[in-house]
Amino acid sequence: MYDVAVIGAGIVGCSAARELSRYELSVCVIDRESDVGEGTTKANSAIAHAGFDAKEGTLKARFNVLGSKMLPELSKELDFAFFRNGALVLCFDEAQKGELDKLAERGKVNGVEGIKILTGDEARALEPALTEEVVAALYAPTSGIVCPFEMTIAYAENAYTNGVEFKLSTCVTDIKKISGGYLVSTDRGDIEAKTVINAAGVYADKIHAMVSSEPLTITPRKGEYMLLDTDAGRLVSKTIFQLPTKMGKGTLVTPTIHGNLLLGPTAEDIDDKENTATTRDGLAQVRAKAQLSVKDIPFGKVITSFTGLRAVGDTDDFIIGEPNDAEGFIDAAAIESPGLTSAPAIAVYLCELVGRHIPLVKKETFYAKRKGVPHFAMMTDKERCELIAKDPAYGQIVCRCCTVTEGEIINALTRPLGATTLDGVKRRTGAGMGRCQAGFCSPRSIALIAEKLGIGLLDVKKNGVYNINESEVGDNEK
Amino acid sequence: MKNNYDLVIVGGGPAGMAAAISAKKQGIDDILILERDSELGGILNQCIHNGFGLHTFKEELTGPEYAERYADQVRELGIPFELGTMVLGISPEKEISVISRTRGAAKISAKAVILAMGCRERPRGALGIPGYRPQSVYTAGTAQKLVNCEGVVPGKEVVILGSGDIGLIMARRMTLEGAKVRAVVELMPYSSGLKRNIVQCLDDYGIPLMLSHTVIDIKGKEKLEGVYVAAVDSTNTPIAGTEEYFPCDTLLLSCGLIPENELSRSAGIEISPLTNGPTVDESLETSIEGVFACGNVLHVHDLVDFVSEEALRAGENAAAYIKGKPASPGTPVAVKPGNGVKYTVPSKLYAQSVEGNVHIRFRVTGVFKMASIVVTCNGSEIFRKKGRIFVPSEMQDIIIPAEKLSAVSGDIEVFVEGGAAQ
Repeated sequence: MYDVAVIGAGIVGCSAARELSRYELSVCVIDRESDVGEGTTKANSAIAHAGFDAKEGTLKARFNVLGSKMLPELSKELDFAFFRNGALVLCFDEAQKGELDKLAERGKVNGVEGIKILTGDEARALEPALTEEVVAALYAPTSGIVCPFEMTIAYAENAYTNGVEFKLSTCVTDIKKISGGYLVSTDRGDIEAKTVINAAGVYADKIHAMVSSEPLTITPRKGEYMLLDTDAGRLVSKTIFQLPTKMGKGTLVTPTIHGNLLLGPTAEDIDDKENTATTRDGLAQVRAKAQLSVKDIPFGKVITSFTGLRAVGDTDDFIIGEPNDAEGFIDAAAIESPGLTSAPAIAVYLCELVGRHIPLVKKETFYAKRKGVPHFAMMTDKERCELIAKDPAYGQIVCRCCTVTEGEIINALTRPLGATTLDGVKRRTGAGMGRCQAGFCSPRSIALIAEKLGIGLLDVKKNGVYNINESEVGDNEK
Repeated sequence: MKNNYDLVIVGGGPAGMAAAISAKKQGIDDILILERDSELGGILNQCIHNGFGLHTFKEELTGPEYAERYADQVRELGIPFELGTMVLGISPEKEISVISRTRGAAKISAKAVILAMGCRERPRGALGIPGYRPQSVYTAGTAQKLVNCEGVVPGKEVVILGSGDIGLIMARRMTLEGAKVRAVVELMPYSSGLKRNIVQCLDDYGIPLMLSHTVIDIKGKEKLEGVYVAAVDSTNTPIAGTEEYFPCDTLLLSCGLIPENELSRSAGIEISPLTNGPTVDESLETSIEGVFACGNVLHVHDLVDFVSEEALRAGENAAAYIKGKPASPGTPVAVKPGNGVKYTVPSKLYAQSVEGNVHIRFRVTGVFKMASIVVTCNGSEIFRKKGRIFVPSEMQDIIIPAEKLSAVSGDIEVFVEGGAAQ
């Protein structure tokens, strides 16, 4: 019997697993996908929010500000990309300036540092691409950008190093209360655990309903995005928000940590938890709204568009804790924005909650650091030469758009919890993320994956689960 | 390893090889070709169909055969080339940053540089097709590489969006490999591919070409299940009620090629918004002295023969530059696209000092029947060519004798006269 079974290998599940791995606990993470971070985690704005939007006193406010403060150190410890680029919230109407002041006040109460209100001209001096319609703006210097995949993979790998077991390509079908814990049934057999953490994203309501009769609803809120080539990435340097509405933080324009320009999201509540399709109307809306904030957006440089689903609860806040009728079953549900930023702090809190059932004893062998796949593109020539001298595969560029080498791809395939799909390679190395969208590099990447897994070229998946009889692909344990 | 050369050529495809051979024949010995792939030939290596070389060799060759003729010459002439070598940047001083297994990360300097990096395909994301993002949506060129080089056929039921030449060729290729190509869907009212390819690759196999149609939705979350196709109006907006569902397991995209000029931009070379390639004068010299461009990196060609011919001129001009030919005197006149003309290469020329004939290459903006290509300067005509039909899929190449240009004092305009654009 495991001490803790974490359901869901998104940012919440993986960060919780890593924090739990500090203690003498047996932990497993279960996810239906073949890789970590395949749900809400992979398709969002990738912003480390400063923490001024969440209502005072909410879990969102508390964990956002805490998380934001943890990120700089964490990004070094776990080797993922994070940059504090600052954010502006734009106001287009003199009559709404009061709303900015309210946000600023809320930020202060929440403990966000450095917030200032700027005039339209001051804002344009900071960001010359802002439109003339901007009459005022809130400036939050502690807002940042982060790579959500790399952050999740980093947490997962470090958790793995510290003994957490990952049961990927494994779908939870039922959960039953048994003596001393829970029986988690999956399509790959049963798992027993003393405690369960429900970090199942848009499916958290389904998982919750398996053990509790307390109501909990998760509504997928669709957000469509457009991503522009890196040569448009410097159009703005800060994350540009518009005054928030009831449906969220509005459409943003932001540089990404990879140097692209990201526009979006829309906000549309839907029923289908699988509907990540983009729509003509949605993309048109992104275009129109982004242009309110920033002028001369080069839409000809769009390289891809995508849709993410936020897991929106019915309480207007994160839902974290035990239902009254399911002791030892801990929901970490409705983790919509600012979930990514909050995850590091939520993870620490989830440990506390587990600690109410199982004593937390520090593990002496816990190793806090993780080193990611080397990023050749970011290196100096001297570092590149040293690496190529050690392993000539780093002298072979596979992805020409993002300067990713064969060495990096092989590293991504062979490291613990390594990639088994094209998307897995992309998220670990950046191969295929550029302007040709894997047109040139995918044949080589596919060949490398096929060779590693011992399968045919056409059997290599972009994402998703390999059949169980197609060997134990995706089950990359030990 | 040696790290300075008279001439460095970036790209070992048809343009790079022809440029190298030409420069060598002009007496330049200190040449290096840098090629990122594992062999010379570029994209021709995956073009195993025939139809190459009709102009150059008066024969019908396959892509690899055409490439081999040039690769053989490169070897016979002893022109050095390095494979598996990626150029990451070029400085305005013509210092080239490269990565390779043998060189590591190195800098190579050159007196002259010829850019011959080719082009890339417009990916799905750039087309803004809504829907899911499943596996099995490929650009036609990627599918071509998989089928012809890797020996795997990525699907059995295919829809092709875009009627560029690679898409047409792949319609036939997939059919020959046993797949059912349900339709080739083209947004424009005309095909962007060559007539001969429409006849030989679609008509001969009974594959429908749906003009003024586009893919409006992609179904299938993990694996492609099908696409919705709709007719479009004159503003390219889908017409409600015309949607038709095509079940398919593969969608190929042949929706345009983009000259690959990230390196040119890194060097600060001026890029034409009309071609997405460097702006050049009649010697194919870019805005940086001693840096020349040719082939698909300059503007997208339809026939490789024209690439080779253009590269030959780039090689000659680079050789002349290395041998110390003085810069052209005076200021250039602009060559401007007028009615019915998308762009011109060159976009400027030194009229006073041109030697020999000047090629002006361009594409027309629509289909023109019984029309003339006219070149004027200050209202007076210096060139005219009549034609039965001019179509956007065929690059036009007009040759103006030097003596016609010696009297030119102002900007030159190239335009189509007569014949309604469709």
